[in-house]
This record gives sequence, structure tokens and C-alpha cells, in this order.
Amino acid sequence: MKEFSYTITNPVGIHARPAALLVETARGLTSAVTVRKGERSASADRLMALMLLGVVQGDQVTVTLEGPEEAQDAALLEAFFRQNL
Amino acid sequence: MELITGRPISPGMAVGPIHILQRDGEQASPSSASTIPQRELERFHLACRQTAQALRAQEDSARTQAGQTGADILHIHAMLLEDPDFLEAAEALIRGGTPAHQAALEAGRCFAAAFSALEDPYLRARSADVTEVAQQVADHLNGRQEDPLPPSPVLLAAEALAPGQLLRWGKERLLGLILTACTPTSHTAILARTMGVPLIVVPALSQNWQGQRAALDGSAGQLWLDPDEAVLDRFTAALASGQPPDQLATLPSVTQDGRKVILLANIGGPAEASAALEQGAEGVGLFRSEFLFLDWERCPDEETQFVLYRQTVQAMAGRRVVIRTLDAGADKPLPYLDLPAEENPALGCRGIRLSLARPELFRPQLRAILRAAVYGPVSVMFPMVSAPQEVIRAKKLLEECRRALEAEGTAAGPLEIGVMIETPAAALTADQLAREVSFFSIGTNDLTQYTLAADRQSAGSYDPHHPAVLELIRMSVESAHRHGCRAAVCGELAADLEMTAQLFRLGVDELSVSPSALLPLRRHIRQLNLN
Repeated sequence: MKEFSYTITNPVGIHARPAALLVETARGLTSAVTVRKGERSASADRLMALMLLGVVQGDQVTVTLEGPEEAQDAALLEAFFRQNL
Repeated sequence: MELITGRPISPGMAVGPIHILQRDGEQASPSSASTIPQRELERFHLACRQTAQALRAQEDSARTQAGQTGADILHIHAMLLEDPDFLEAAEALIRGGTPAHQAALEAGRCFAAAFSALEDPYLRARSADVTEVAQQVADHLNGRQEDPLPPSPVLLAAEALAPGQLLRWGKERLLGLILTACTPTSHTAILARTMGVPLIVVPALSQNWQGQRAALDGSAGQLWLDPDEAVLDRFTAALASGQPPDQLATLPSVTQDGRKVILLANIGGPAEASAALEQGAEGVGLFRSEFLFLDWERCPDEETQFVLYRQTVQAMAGRRVVIRTLDAGADKPLPYLDLPAEENPALGCRGIRLSLARPELFRPQLRAILRAAVYGPVSVMFPMVSAPQEVIRAKKLLEECRRALEAEGTAAGPLEIGVMIETPAAALTADQLAREVSFFSIGTNDLTQYTLAADRQSAGSYDPHHPAVLELIRMSVESAHRHGCRAAVCGELAADLEMTAQLFRLGVDELSVSPSALLPLRRHIRQLNLN
């Protein structure tokens, strides 16, 4: 399992375009990806659930990955977060 | 005359007849619904797929009307229809005996309520998206037709207007919108602002308004029913005068005496593409690929690179994207490469030299770029070139990659090839380089450093306006043109307003700058007179 934390800088949080890109990116990975905010979490390939987490600018989320290429996937996702969120 | 005061949502003024959008009550269409849950499940899934497909097919047209924002909305609507949570919720209802169209609406309502319960207003507004797609699926299942509009453009009055519907009717049919339910952060509001369609929210509609002439002032939130002469004159005057300031991005980058240069953006990742477009970029002149390689534990694989290049290409909606291959060396953190330390990494194995020395790095990047080139016009550009041999070798590798992809049955798109001119060697032998490529992009930052033997940070010694640098630019541009190549400048000099006239005189065809520099540069060019 690989994990990283990230504080959202995008003014509109995880919604719409960044959420859609995140879902599409997560779908392309072999790892199972979960995004957690506080007590609640959502699988990163479920757009609705992701948006319903209600992640906004300033929130810290923890992203967890499980899979044969988790290290590589984690690095890719972290780069994605830095670029888009 | 009557004045209705409402809430301003999208600015703009318009005069025309009001048309009220009637919403039929929900009806089942008994002939198409089935009592067999399995059959209803099939109908539901088919309707979702077809609706999603139709939405995706409209993305390009939406992009033309309302930019990437418009396309994104339809894209997200399509994704919502494929979302496992939405589908599972509707399926559960259908298995319990609910007809498909009702299941779609109920599942939609359930998730819309979940969004409405969120604190953040932006996220709350997403409930309207869920409601719209659920309604579209239900309408599809019921075979319902869209409410027709009169043939000439109208001020549309309605309870609400779904963003997809706004995109489908567009500015040609809609002079303005008068709604009772629309939040400022909803997609409809965002789209209306992007498309320049005035929109106000009023407390209630009246059937008396149907067919009446009215004047709508989006910024003031005012609707004048049956306006008198004075109001009409005010509107006519306002509509006739000037363009809003944000039109600058759409005005051509042409000098007073008719000289044109193409304005492009330098970006470091797909997320910057939309910003570049909004600021009026006519394409991406430099897509820095380093973000994919730096600070990683492993070399990014072809698939990862491909996804990110493709996202950028698609975001630029038919405008060319120039992807620069990895521009790094021993001075940058690439731990997975095991690069031997160099005395002077800035002057050593870097850029194209590194790529050629490490084909296991170069091949995946070239393959990813070739694959992304299927989705829009793409160029590849090689950095730190100092000899034609480097380009010839790189082109050979590119061809090998293309053949390999074709043999594997993977689509590869047409690719234009160019080089960075950033070493004095490249500038001085530009003639030979121009024979091998279709364009040059002059990286004035590095070119200045290498030519003056001065680091960018050494104030006093580093002079980007130095005649030696300008002479090398002149030579490069001439060689390019002699061989039918384009010449672009992508270093900081491109955005230097003191140098714009000079660059025009040197014959530069394209300037590629950071997105924030685009509007000032465009404004500057438009008031230049080179005669």
C-alpha cells in the first residue's frame, strides 16, 4: 500500500473538470485508488462519490493506492494532484 | 411598460420577444415500458449509453460555443451516466419493479439531494447536473421530443434551463434568459457568462409575458416589459457602443500596418491548457515535458505520458501543440537514470544528447507523442541541439517507433518535427538544421547564456538584448525561411515588449509566451506601427 497526503490548492476543490480528469487518470492505473477526507472516503474511479466528498480548497486529503505498480502510480497521481488540484 | 427586478447572473443587454418554455407534466409512456425488470434494465442501460454517446458527440460543438468549459460540462454529464453509483442505484429500483424512466429520475433525485446537502455552494450546484442527466435519460426512455422554440431568436423565460439545452440552442436562438431557478455557480450560469448570453433570475413568471416585447439588462438584473422610447434608446445606444474588454483575446495579433505574428503559449502541463486558451493562445508553442520525469522513483511509462499528452492536445481543441522532448541533464533530479555526475551539467549530457544516449527513455516518450498526435495537430521539438546528426538520429528513432506502433496495431498520428535553437552552434549552422525540420523555436534564455558565457543570474553580464544574440536570431530566422521553415521565439525575449518590434523586423513568425503574458503582448502588437 502506498499513501500520500495533499492539501487542495485549486479554488474550486475536487469537482467538475479536475474530478473528471482524476477519475479518468485513476481508471488508467492498475492500482485501486481511494481518496479520504476526514472520516469519509471514495474510490477515485467513481465521479459522483468523489464529488460528494465535498473536497474544497484548503482541505487535506489522503490518497491510498494498492496494486502491483503502486509506487509508480502514487508518483503519477501526486504529480497529477500538484498539476490540477 | 412594466419593470421586473431580478437578480443579475450574466451580463449583457438584449431586446426581443419573450417566449415561455412550457414544461409538460411527467408522464409514463406505457407502450415502451415493460413489466419485466430484466427488460427494463436493458432499456435503462441502452438509454444511458445512447444519451452519453450523444453528449460526447456534442462536445466539439459545445467547445466552439463556450470553450473548454462548455465541452467539460457535456463530458461530465456523460461520465455521470456511466458512474457506478448512479447506475447501481437505478438498477436496484428497477429490480424492485420500478419502470426504467422513473428509476432514472428517482436515482437522480437521490444524488441531487446529496449534492444539495453539501456546504460548498459550488459543489451544491452540481445537483443540477445530476438532475439534468437523469431527466435526459428519462426523456430518452419516454421518447419525448424537446420543446420547440419559435424560428427567430427570443428572450427565453423558464423555471430553469439545463446547460446542455443552453449549448444546443446557443446564441443563435437565445437573445437572453429569464429564469426562476438558477444559481450563480450553476453550469447554466457559467455557460451563459462564457457565451455572453444575458441571464437574470426573477421571483416568478407570468403567462401574460408570452409574446411581449421586452428589454433585458443582465448586469442590472432588470426586465422591461413593453419598453418605452426612452428605455429602447438607452438599450440601442448601449448595444451599438464598444466591445467588452475581454474580447481582446479574440482580436487578431496584427500591427497597425498589417503585420501579423502568431501568439502561442508556453505551458508546463495539461492543466494550463485551458488558461492558455482563455488568454487567447492560438496554440501551444512549448509544452515542457519535464513535469513527467522529475521527482519520480521510476521512469514514467509510455501510457502515463500518452494520457497526459492526449489530455493537453484535446484541451487545445484543434490548435497545434508543440511537445518538447525531455530537457534535462545531471543537474536535475532523475534518480532512476543513474547519470554519472558531471563537472558542468549545464554544458554536458543533456536534452537531445541525453535522450539519444538513453533510448529506453526516449522511445516511450516518442511513442506517447506519436499516439497523442491522433487527437489533434502535434509537433515534436528537440532541445539542446548542436549538430544536424543529432536530429537525423532522432528522426530515425521516431520512424522506428512509428513503424513499431503500426505493427502493433496502435494508431500513430502525423507529426511535425522541429528543433530548439538555443546553442550558438545551432544558430551558426541553422542552414543545415533547417533542411531536416519544419520549424525552429529559438530558446533565447539558454541562447543568451551560452553566447555571452554569462549565467542568467549574473546581473550586468547577462544581456538578452545583446547584439550578438540578436544576430544569432536573425541568422536562424533567415535560414529557417530559406528552407521553408517557420521561426518561433519561445524564450523570455518573446514576451519582452521592448523587443517586439525588433522581432517583427527580424521576421519571426511566432511568439510563444507564458499565458499571463498573452493579453499584454496582443494589446502591444495591435498598437505597433513598424513603418
